Amino acid sequence: MSILVDRNTRLLVQGITGNEGLFHTTQMFAYGTNVVGGVTPGKGGEWVLNGKIPVFDSVKLAVEATEANASIIFVPARFAPDAMFEAADAGIPLIICITEGVAVQDMMRVRNYLDQKKVRLVGPNCPGLLTPGEAKVGIIPGDIAILGNVGVVSRSGTLTYEVLYAMKNLGMGASTCVGIGGDPVNGTNFIDVLEMFEHDPKTEKVIMIGEIGGTDEEKAADYIASKMTKPVASFIAGQTAPPGKRMGHAGAIIEGGSGTAADKVKALESAGVKVAKHPEEIPTLLK
Amino acid sequence: MKLHEYQSKLIFSRYGIPIPKGRVAATAQEARHIAEELGGRVVIKSQVLVGGRGKAGGVKVARDPQEAEQLATQILGMEIKGLPVRKVLVDEAAAIETEIYFAVTNDRAARKPVMMASSAGGVDIEEVAAKTPEKIVKLHVDPLLGLREYQARDVAAAIDLPRDYWKDFIKIAMGLWNVYRETDATLAEINPLVITKDKRLVALDGKMMIDDNAMFRHLDLAEMRDIDEEAPAETEARKYGLSYIKLDGDIGCMVNGAGLAMTSMDVIKLFGGEPANFLDIGGGAGADKVAAAMRIILTDSHVKAVLFNIFGGITRCDEVARGILVAMDEVKPKIPMVVRLVGTNAEDGRKLLENAKMITAETLADAAKKSVAAAKG
Repeated sequence: MSILVDRNTRLLVQGITGNEGLFHTTQMFAYGTNVVGGVTPGKGGEWVLNGKIPVFDSVKLAVEATEANASIIFVPARFAPDAMFEAADAGIPLIICITEGVAVQDMMRVRNYLDQKKVRLVGPNCPGLLTPGEAKVGIIPGDIAILGNVGVVSRSGTLTYEVLYAMKNLGMGASTCVGIGGDPVNGTNFIDVLEMFEHDPKTEKVIMIGEIGGTDEEKAADYIASKMTKPVASFIAGQTAPPGKRMGHAGAIIEGGSGTAADKVKALESAGVKVAKHPEEIPTLLK
Repeated sequence: MKLHEYQSKLIFSRYGIPIPKGRVAATAQEARHIAEELGGRVVIKSQVLVGGRGKAGGVKVARDPQEAEQLATQILGMEIKGLPVRKVLVDEAAAIETEIYFAVTNDRAARKPVMMASSAGGVDIEEVAAKTPEKIVKLHVDPLLGLREYQARDVAAAIDLPRDYWKDFIKIAMGLWNVYRETDATLAEINPLVITKDKRLVALDGKMMIDDNAMFRHLDLAEMRDIDEEAPAETEARKYGLSYIKLDGDIGCMVNGAGLAMTSMDVIKLFGGEPANFLDIGGGAGADKVAAAMRIILTDSHVKAVLFNIFGGITRCDEVARGILVAMDEVKPKIPMVVRLVGTNAEDGRKLLENAKMITAETLADAAKKSVAAAKG
């Protein structure tokens, strides 16, 4: 077992013929992920990867032909909201959006629409998901992680790789790694993933990687203190970052001045979470 | 992107929000002419992209055109929080009865826009928020539905606005919502929205921030960006789609991903060094972007060593290595460079850099230690 993606994942790639889409489809396919098709409007009927993967004009057509149950999005930021709406309307229950730079008001509309449809979105601006040995749905390099019993959830992309790599060097493996993305409005948050890990029999420990801004880490700390039985270790990026450029008065009123690394570390430590000083130290805290 | 007060109010007025009569001036003579046109008392307001202008002495009332010219001379010579004042707004002075705070912004935790209003508006609104949060009314707006008039009416009632003003207030509320919605603002704020002694609602001050990620559909707003207020290196960085923030240390950093970039700074500091900058080359950066990033880092003369920390995912290490080689060839830096490449195509990248005389590192901690040592000479 694992969470969100595994051998039964039948993956569609939106933006499959673009540079990034094609490069990472090749990598995902080589890893063993069951990539069943791709979508690029206007290129329906073509094939990629030497005739192994069919391309469709729309998500709807692709789902009818392939029974895909997840879709990953690699299209440019201005087209990504439409791609997410399209996947949701075609009945895809799990959408992973890798695209970086999606406008925040677009994301608020997408998220509120997807919630009504009960569609799970991971991202945007995220590295995707990796269940070692079963499915790589995203851009996390497959060879930096091995299978194990540690669930990893992170707001950052490349920082996640850093941690998976440090784990592997210690012989520690991941059950599933979930990159939820660092955008202000995204699909899946820490608590969603912590809850899935808490109920996943293959996950025994959890690593949570946060960063400054927002209050999701503080909320996750409350959840860990009240609901989690499995041990959690963490790292918060941005301890030395200078205070951000201010957002008028409204930012201070809305967030109440919280969101600093120090606040987050304090909240996590009082929830019994061990917080590392640098990312390579995190796995040693779970030994 | 932040907009100046005069730019924000100009946008507000296009959406039917009443603003004071006035214009922006770059010289004291111009300020005098505007004051002559307006007649009566005027307010001279410095236009800089920081808060606390009034408290810093950057907002003054003039009784006549002559005083307007004097005050404008004074204010145009000022620096506010390190930023020189290059423009002043000359507005007719209002006789204020009540100050209201009114804004629309993003509530990331709720994943919805939020409209906020308070009858305790003015410069001390943050103190009001901290000490008496019940005085601030918050209303979440469904992003798919938009603001409805009944909601604006509820806000008017909740801040105890006299009923005589409801009609005008609702019009301003709908206008402010449309400003926020149609310009992809992350903030549209009126503080204060005043009730004048002659019983009108007027937006005396305005502040807007626009989502940089939405700029592709607001080319008209992109032209309003005031690059005078940015460090030249930051302007250059934006041109290449890089995110760069200059800091005070001596170790230049080039990293892919914001989280890892911040972490690299944290680890440099943990091992006794000081980062000279935050620089995220983003995902999938090609060779030109990397070369531009390196030129930008090296424009800071305090930099004594550079750390490249690249963990390839969507970014390919061989592309980064090519960019480093291009930049090295062009800039010929004399300072030590520490490079760490891991992930997608890392092996190819390392091979490309074999003859480049760079210090290599395996782990992040190792890379940080080596760059701290290199910067110390």
